[in-house]
Amino acid sequence: MKAKVTITLKTGVLDPQGKAIEGALSSLDFAGVGNVRQGKYIELDIAETDAAKAEAQVTAMCEKLLANTVIENYHIELV
Amino acid sequence: MKTAIILFPGINRERDMAMALEAATGKAPAVVWHTETEIPAADLIVVPGGFSYGDYLRSGAIAARSPVMDALRRRAAGGTNVLGVCNGFQILVEAGLLPGALMRNAGLKFVCKQVRLSVENDSTFFTRQMPKGAVVTCPVAHHDGNYFADAETLARLEDGGRVVFRYAEGTNPNGSLNDIAGIVNDAGNVVGMMPHPENMIEALHGRTDCKPLFDGLAAA
Repeated sequence: MKAKVTITLKTGVLDPQGKAIEGALSSLDFAGVGNVRQGKYIELDIAETDAAKAEAQVTAMCEKLLANTVIENYHIELV
Repeated sequence: MKTAIILFPGINRERDMAMALEAATGKAPAVVWHTETEIPAADLIVVPGGFSYGDYLRSGAIAARSPVMDALRRRAAGGTNVLGVCNGFQILVEAGLLPGALMRNAGLKFVCKQVRLSVENDSTFFTRQMPKGAVVTCPVAHHDGNYFADAETLARLEDGGRVVFRYAEGTNPNGSLNDIAGIVNDAGNVVGMMPHPENMIEALHGRTDCKPLFDGLAAA
């Protein structure tokens, strides 16, 4: 089973990298772009075949290491 | 007084820290590799600066999950003084020994320069020979020093007098909330700071502003 983990900054946490990207997009004349937020994407294979157990396993990984829950949210997709 | 330094792969300021500790205490610190599960008897354990694990994932994140960290957590809970500098501060925060997070500098650039540092709390083990309100020059060298904490945590730090150092005179190099450069935990025995006081203690460093911090360690 493959897990796809998306990690994003929580609302209200400043994202200077997102701001820099937004500035660059605007300088490329892309109009109407706002709220650019940069995150991380982590893909991993897991041996577990039961979806519920796999989700619990990846959730524990996110809580313990993959995300810093002080500033980040995570979203897990299993495929 | 006995000291110990914890060493992770990618740490590179441990020798500067060892020299500073030896100059202050008269004894070289024990150096403890990250795979160890015990830390030798010490009155102070230091997590020095550098780039543990290449700052992969988040600065300090992988080091904070090393085997030695359980031993550090036990020792901190038992009252041993712990100091984290720069990457060491990031590691302590990632390990949950200090609150908040250290994010990418607001200006996005790695900053390597001298800042003015104001001492906000002179009752910690590291600031007892530095009067509150003193402003000293101290170098910083980091990419992720932008201190962040939610409003509630920040209020708790401020109300409890737990901000130990602040960037003074408009020298905040990284966008840290409330100009925070260093904090102490609730119990008062774990201090973390982004600047490098170990690099401002002898004539060859250009200034000796931060020598009293280290002198104070041995004075207890």
